[in-house]
Amino acid sequence: MSTIAQPDAERALDSGAAEAGTPPRNPPSAPRTPAAPAPEERRTLSQWRDSDVFALVGSVLGAGGLTWLLFTQLAPFSGAVGWVVVWYLCFLGLYALVVSFDEEGQAVRDRIAAAVIHSLAAVLLIALGFVIVYVLGRGLSAMVHLNFYTHDLSVTGPLQPLSSGGVLHGVAGTLIEITIALVITVPAGLICAVFLNEFPGRFARFVRTLVEAMTALPSVVAGLFIYSTYVLLLGFPRSGLAAALALGVMMLPIIVRAADVVIRLVPGSLTEASLALGASRWRTVWTVTLPTARSGLATAVILGTARGIGETSPVLLTAGFGANLNVDPRHGPMVSLPLLAFELRKSPEAPMISRAFGAAAVLLILVVLLFVTARTIGGRGPGVLTPRQQQRRARQSLQDAERFAAVARQRMVALDDAYADTGDVRSDTHSHTHGEDASANHRDGAGHVDGGNDGDSGDDDR
Amino acid sequence: MASVRDDTQDSPEVRRRPAATPVPADRVFGFVARGSGLLVLVIMAIVGLFLTIQAIPALRSAGPKFLTTTEWEPSSGRFGIAAVLFGTVIIGTLAISIAVTFALGTALYISEYAPARLKRTFVSLVDLMAAVPSVVYGLWGVFFLQEHAVGLANWMSTYLAWIPLFGVPGRDPRDPLGSLTDLKSSAFMAAVVVAMMVTPIASSVMREAFSQAPAGEREGAYALGATRWGMIRTVVLPYGRGAIIGGTMLGLGRALGETITVAMIISPSFEINWHVLQKGSISVSSLIALRYGEAGAFSLSALFAAGLSLFLLTMAVNFLASSIVARSRSGAGAEA
Repeated sequence: MSTIAQPDAERALDSGAAEAGTPPRNPPSAPRTPAAPAPEERRTLSQWRDSDVFALVGSVLGAGGLTWLLFTQLAPFSGAVGWVVVWYLCFLGLYALVVSFDEEGQAVRDRIAAAVIHSLAAVLLIALGFVIVYVLGRGLSAMVHLNFYTHDLSVTGPLQPLSSGGVLHGVAGTLIEITIALVITVPAGLICAVFLNEFPGRFARFVRTLVEAMTALPSVVAGLFIYSTYVLLLGFPRSGLAAALALGVMMLPIIVRAADVVIRLVPGSLTEASLALGASRWRTVWTVTLPTARSGLATAVILGTARGIGETSPVLLTAGFGANLNVDPRHGPMVSLPLLAFELRKSPEAPMISRAFGAAAVLLILVVLLFVTARTIGGRGPGVLTPRQQQRRARQSLQDAERFAAVARQRMVALDDAYADTGDVRSDTHSHTHGEDASANHRDGAGHVDGGNDGDSGDDDR
Repeated sequence: MASVRDDTQDSPEVRRRPAATPVPADRVFGFVARGSGLLVLVIMAIVGLFLTIQAIPALRSAGPKFLTTTEWEPSSGRFGIAAVLFGTVIIGTLAISIAVTFALGTALYISEYAPARLKRTFVSLVDLMAAVPSVVYGLWGVFFLQEHAVGLANWMSTYLAWIPLFGVPGRDPRDPLGSLTDLKSSAFMAAVVVAMMVTPIASSVMREAFSQAPAGEREGAYALGATRWGMIRTVVLPYGRGAIIGGTMLGLGRALGETITVAMIISPSFEINWHVLQKGSISVSSLIALRYGEAGAFSLSALFAAGLSLFLLTMAVNFLASSIVARSRSGAGAEA
């Protein structure tokens, strides 16, 4: 580093590699004088130089001015979207120009690419964030009323204010339907995923391919299937159970696929170790594979739930629409939150639209809660532990070590006693097998170990 | 261990067959596991078969004209998926072509530019976006986007009308009495909302692959004097090419099957409409959602035929996507 002292070399390096940080103003001299090490100046490792910041800010401001000139003085442009687009294009042009004053082509391209990528990501995240904030914001007027969570819409007309009626029936319907769907799909899905990994073969491959194909099943077709079989063919009324079945048909392949991926990631060495220790296949799956993949499986199930809870179209075809609270999944229409939002927004009245947004916002909060839960317990690779789990494991293994040590000590004492009692006999019988091994300097230790191995047979002898 | 006798070296070793005699619990386990595999297989097969069987009467009655007819009037026997499938494909294609730019930019930002501290947060955020219910996007599209993007649509239909896709016939931008409502329920509007839904999905697949680009090759590029963009162009993008294609197609598959947002925004019309800014379009899934109730047995069969064709389309897209991802260099461990 001490060769960067010359300013020429410094500039050459700078323009060559855009990533180069600011070289130290006072490069530390080589430690020829170890007696007095001067206090080293802290180097800035930042990849930003002052000129970079100036170029960026200057281009943004310049582009703003240029756009203003275009819109108000020169060209017949108008509109906020157009303003932003023109500003952005001006900015890119100006920025390229400014950077090209002190950098070369490669570096200019690098800066422009960085600017474009940053802005693309910012636009997406802001837009998606805005969707959520918008829906939450418009739902807020309904959500501040407590009755929104404790009443249904059975006695509330479209013109009545938000202080009357609520979406309790939607919340109840959503929870009941998703619970039934989970009760059906989770056991079947998880066992099927275990099957795909534990019994590989032609049959498993076929099942996997079919499941993969069914993940492409559009959710509305799942709804149509249940509608025409359960409702039309078998003659049951549209109900919560039908909606749950439709959700189940839709979620089953999703859960099988996600769980299959998670279980496949369990290290083979773990299961092989378990099998080598003599565990049966079933014990291996139950005590090694599934616990190792637990967090991933939970994530798979929860994300499948979040997907199912937000689906509108299967429920639209199968659940029917009603305004009453209905907790019996077998009879009567049972709405869910997304369906409620979908239906209520058709009303031209403002309170109903607020309720639609409120229902969507409650649904959104439900999904976010599920998602956060999934992230908290999952999101780790199989077998990767949280710090707390690691501490618990360490404590357990320490306890085990102490237990083993205690047992070994006891056994040693017992053996010493036995050795004292029948010492001559044992030494005679064992001398011709172990005699050469037990060399003089660790005869005692070797004797103990051998005695430990043969302890049981020694007892039998007595 | 095998009892290999040292004295008889010439006798060929007998191949041992490690015959494990399963304990009863294992036998039950194997039975249950295979049974559940069979159960899932049967459920999936029933859905697929039922879909096909139900579609047969309509397909048989319509014949090959099913693919070319644009109207949808099953009761009078004139129905086909030409317009419906066209609408589905054009909404999906538009949506994914908007989405892919943003998905790529976001994936690159998160894997290459984002500060290490914030990376996990951004990853969670994008994944969360993928889990946001479609009805939420639909409400936003109906109540916000239709009001505010109509100006953009107006601008495009005025100044980009020379591109055939963006022209709106019968519309004179200089007509002071002309209303903008015609532009609100277009395929373009639906595509914008669907694009917002599928961007996180595509982005997630791409980021997964980008972040796995080998560190050695990255450092090699830097050591040869590459800028960061140079490194991305020569290492990260080639490494993740399969995931870019695969993620895009996965998003396309989702966009094709999207029901509720499309049904909320478009105003249905059964004609092949190349002018994406013009009001009126239709997609298979929104057709089913709109028409299932009024359907008699034969109309239902027609809907099943439409659903079957959509299913086949998305299945082909998904399989293509997953095979591209699996064959790419980055796809060995990807779960796409």
